[in-house]
Parts: sequence; structure tokens; C-alpha cells
Amino acid sequence: MGLPAVVVTHGAVRLFPSADHPAGARPEERPVGRYVARRLLLTIPVLIGASFLIFAMVYALPGDPIRALAGDRPLPASVQAALTAEFNLDDPLLVQYAKYVGGLLQGDFGTDFRGRPVLDTISQRLPVTVTLTAVAIFFEILIGITAGVLAGLRRGSFFDNLVLVSTTLVVSIPVLVLGFVSQYVLGVRLGWFPVAGITQGLYSYLLPGFILAATSLAYVTRLTRTSLADSLRADYVRTARAKGLAPRTVVVRHTLRNSLIPVVTFIGADIGGLLGGAIITEAVFNIPGLGRAVFDAVSQQEGAVVVGIITLMVFFFIFFNLVVDVLYAVLDPRIRYE
Amino acid sequence: MSDRDPVASAVDPKLSRDSRHPRDPEQRHDEVEAGTTTGLAAPDVDQTDGSQTSLWGDAWRELRRRPFFWIGGVLALVFLTMAVFPALFAGGADPRACSLSNSNLPPSAEHLFGYDQQGCDYRATVVYGARNSLLIGFTAVVGVLAVGVVIGAVAGYFGGWVDSLLARIADVFYALPLILGALVLLRVGPEMRVFGQPIPIISERGPGAIAIALTIFGWMTAMRLVRSQVIAIKSSDYVAAARALGAGSFRILTRHILPNAVAPVLVYATITVGALIAAEAALTYLGVGLQQPAFSWGLQISAGQNLLRTAPHLVLIPSAVLSLTVMGFIMMGDALRDALDPRQRS
Repeated sequence: MGLPAVVVTHGAVRLFPSADHPAGARPEERPVGRYVARRLLLTIPVLIGASFLIFAMVYALPGDPIRALAGDRPLPASVQAALTAEFNLDDPLLVQYAKYVGGLLQGDFGTDFRGRPVLDTISQRLPVTVTLTAVAIFFEILIGITAGVLAGLRRGSFFDNLVLVSTTLVVSIPVLVLGFVSQYVLGVRLGWFPVAGITQGLYSYLLPGFILAATSLAYVTRLTRTSLADSLRADYVRTARAKGLAPRTVVVRHTLRNSLIPVVTFIGADIGGLLGGAIITEAVFNIPGLGRAVFDAVSQQEGAVVVGIITLMVFFFIFFNLVVDVLYAVLDPRIRYE
Repeated sequence: MSDRDPVASAVDPKLSRDSRHPRDPEQRHDEVEAGTTTGLAAPDVDQTDGSQTSLWGDAWRELRRRPFFWIGGVLALVFLTMAVFPALFAGGADPRACSLSNSNLPPSAEHLFGYDQQGCDYRATVVYGARNSLLIGFTAVVGVLAVGVVIGAVAGYFGGWVDSLLARIADVFYALPLILGALVLLRVGPEMRVFGQPIPIISERGPGAIAIALTIFGWMTAMRLVRSQVIAIKSSDYVAAARALGAGSFRILTRHILPNAVAPVLVYATITVGALIAAEAALTYLGVGLQQPAFSWGLQISAGQNLLRTAPHLVLIPSAVLSLTVMGFIMMGDALRDALDPRQRS
């Protein structure tokens, strides 16, 4: 985060940037549209590659899922042939995949082997995962930024050291363990939170959401702290102090704005990650979200469900990363699209 | 996540306690080396006088002062010993000698960790779990480094379309969460047939299969790290000199570029051992990793999950041991990173 000391705008050299003289005097129009379009195009091969990878793994499964569906009593040959044709099971890998993507493009995620549309499963599970992610992001913003700001303002204080040690500890403890220990202590022993499930509405999302957030929470705290401490040493902050602004104004209007840019972008990218990475948390707290669904589908070898949900997760991941890249450039005018 | 930067150590008086006196011979040496003429360096300074230190020498002196390094190092050493010589820690109990009459007994003075559901001494069972965890952690990190360093070095060194292609491939894997990808591979892999044959290591569902799965879905960060290092180094003068002397690409890469990328890779590897051990436990907990009757913390946590109300020690003890192991490596890597970054010293 090396800040340029001065900037030349319309021939005048002045300290950069401040709330009074924001760097908003943009000399040229930036081609945001073209940048976004190019980034979108670049995401297509990634999306295809990732979903194909999963598709190929599921495709490689031996055995006949149609026959397995029937159990002990053999299916009539005609029924079996019809079902095999319906699920394109006799086509080569690439043809199957092409047909699958063709369906996806029309919003058709296919059906599982019991005939239930995969989209049904998704629309049932997605709200749960979105709620869980929202709770997690809420904790990241509330606790992470607050603790980071307090630590960054008083570097070397007791609180700062507490933050440093506790973030290291949180990062070092596997989510699995955090989940079980908090479930046992806060759920079973103290009874403050439901032990598992989502029967108590939003309240039952609090503990799992916090555990899901824990690792990122530590990163957000550290990032806020470092970024704020960096900004506090910048020339424009010294100028703001020198011209007699109240310390509060200096921190809130001049420092925080700039130092929160990397934090905002980290949190943005984290949304995309959390939407796809909650398998452990959902398993420990028995929460019927997308992670749980994909785990169940993997166990039952429901290929269409596995591929559908993972493709969706990959899409979220890529989408939020794209949003963050654009957001970064909007928030920080020094960044130029190329 | 680095919480320190050059400016910080220059400004923060606590961080610059080891700031050198201007007359310090090391600084003189540095100035001679850098070709600066501030007048502090006498022209007759012997560059080879005893104060000359290497990056690693500096790093070691820095490391010695960091409590996190010692805590992490001791933890890692203890668990390494436990993995190699489990009997030393098992207190004389045999993890396979079980008696159902002892089922789920809580910890006591004679049996520190109590008994599990099958009535096996839990201390012995937990201690014997260290081997698989560390074995997988280390094997996987070697795999991750092997793939990441090779692909990263090739991408960074050759650039152009090779780089674009390899970077896109890394993007594809990056978009798949590690646990998710490994979960699918480990579930599907053992049943896959290639030309009618099961895939050798994957089909055994042992530590090797997990290490491979973690490698396949975990090499990207190492690749990006090495790639950026190679790009940064390849334009330096000594690489140009080597090329002028007629060195081939392979020699330049292996003898001149990669040795200078060792420090960040070592830091990354240390932290990643911890992360991969945690990932193994998670996969085993999900049922796709190690299988009974293997000793594994993930299996123990998973088996104890349903007894959390009646016998919490079954979950809590392997959880604590697993956390301490992971913590050991992450703390050590964290301290190593701070120590190896010369910009962080004043």
C-alpha cells in the first residue's frame, strides 16, 4: 500500500488524497465496460473447466445407476433403455457434458435419478446457505473491523497484543474443532445456543455463522489493523492533523475511508468463498444448506446434483471475485483498468 | 496477512529495538555491498570481515527471539516424535487391547484420556493417530510443492501463452474449494476404473490417496507463489550474466532462479503442513478419508460426535491434539515468515 506522496492534477501539485481534495478529478474516462466485458469472457473457460472437472470425475463412476435404482428386482430392458437414454448415459463423456451445458444454458440443471429436478434441491437449500453466509459476513464486519480498528489505533497496546495472539490462535484451530468445541460448550453445556439444526429460525444460525466466519474474521481483523496503521502514517493524515482537525475526524473521514478499501474487497471475495465452502460447518451443526446437499449427493452418487451444485458454487466464487475486482477499481481511483 | 511492513518497523520503536548503530560493522558492510557512499563506510573496509551474515543467519538470530517460533517448534517436534515412536507416549497401553467393560469411561488418573466406545485406552488411540496425520501432511505438502514449483517455474520463466494457459488451469482449480474437490475425488476415485483396472494408490483409500487428492486440489497457491518469484528474479542481472555465459533454461532455472525463491516457499510449506493436516482430519471426518480400523483423529472425532453429550472427552481430546499439531506448524511458519523477510528488519 505505497501511497504516492503527491499528485499532479491540472498542473497543481497537492497532497493526495484527502476528503477535501478527493482524487475524484479524473483526467480521463476509464473504460469500465470494456474491462468488465473482458473479465467476464475470461471467467467462461474457468467456469467450464471447473464444472467439466467435476463432471468427468462423476462420469468415471463405474456401475449402472439405473440398475442400482431398481434395487433387487431387475428392470424390464425397455425401461432401462429408456432411462439410460433419458440421462444420456450411453454417450461419450464430451457429448454428455455438451448436452449438460446445453441444458444449463437454458436454466435446466437436470434431474436426479429419482426424477426430482436438481433446481428444486438448489432452490430449497440455497436460502439456508445464503442466510448462513450473511450471518458470517455480519460477524466479520461487526467484530473484525471493530477489533481491527481498535487494535490499529493503539498499536502495541494490551488490546493490540490480545488481538494478535487471538487471531493467530483462531487461524490455527481447524474449523472442525472450533465447531465441536463451541457446540459442546455453548450448546450442550451452557445451552445458550441450539446444538444443531435450524429449527429456531435466525437464532439457530448465530453460532454456526460465527464458526463459519472465524477464520476470515481473524484475517479481516489483521487486515484492518495493518491497513489502518499504514494509513495513519500517510502524509495526508499528518496534513489533516496539522491543519487542526479533531482526531476523530482525522480517523473517520481521512483514514478509515482509505484503509477499509482492502478490507471491503476481502469481505466481498469471502462471500463467494463462503457460499461454497461451508461443508464442515454444515455437517457439524447439521444445517441443510448447499454444502450438506452436495455432501449427501456425493455419498449417494447423485452425479447431476453434485455437478449442478458445485457449478453453482464455482459461479458464485468467480462472480464475487469479479465484483470485487471492479469494486476495487471504483473505490481506489489510482487503479487503472487495462 | 503479514502484520508488519518496512515502514512499521522503521517507525514503531518497539520493532526497531535491534536497529543498528551507524558505526556497526554490519552496516558498513551493507553500504559497501550496496555501493553507497554516505561516508560511514570507510573505503578500506574488508568485506569479508567476521560480521558478514547471510539471509539465513539473520533469520536465525531473528527467530531465536520469537516465542511463537519456540512454541511452534516444540509442538511440531513433540508430535513428530509421537508419530515416529508412538509407544513412548502411549503410557504402556496397547491401542488394540480393548475391553468393552471399559466403554466410554471418562479420563482418570491412571488413564489420562479415558476409554473410547470400544473400551480401548484413548490415550494410546489418540497417540497412534499422530502418525497418519503427519504422514499425510508431509506427503501432501511434498506433492503440492513438486507440482506447484514445476508448473510455477515453467509459467513464470517462459511467460507468454504458456503462462496464460497454466494460469487459466490454476484458476480452474482455484475456483473449486479444496475440501469439496478432494471430497468428490476420494468418494469417486476408489471406484474408478481405468482400462478396467482400479487406480493404484487412490483405490486403497489410505494415506496416499488422501495426499494425492490434497495435492491435486491444493497446488495452486504454491504455483502462484513460485511464478511470481520467478518473474521477479528472472530479469535480474545475474540471470542475464548466466545466460550470457551460455547457460541453458534448465540450468538457469534450477541453479540461479529457484534457489532464490526458497525462502518464501519454505514459509508457505511450513504453514501448509498445518493446513493440510486440518484438511485431512476434515475429509476423514466426512467419511471419505482414512477408514476404520486406521488410527486417525478425524475418525475419532467423527465417532465421538454422537456421544458428545455423554462422553465429551471422545471429541474434545482428539480435537485438542489436532489443534495443537496444526497450531505448531502455523506458528512456526508465521514466525519464519517474519524472520525471513529482510525488509522487516531495520
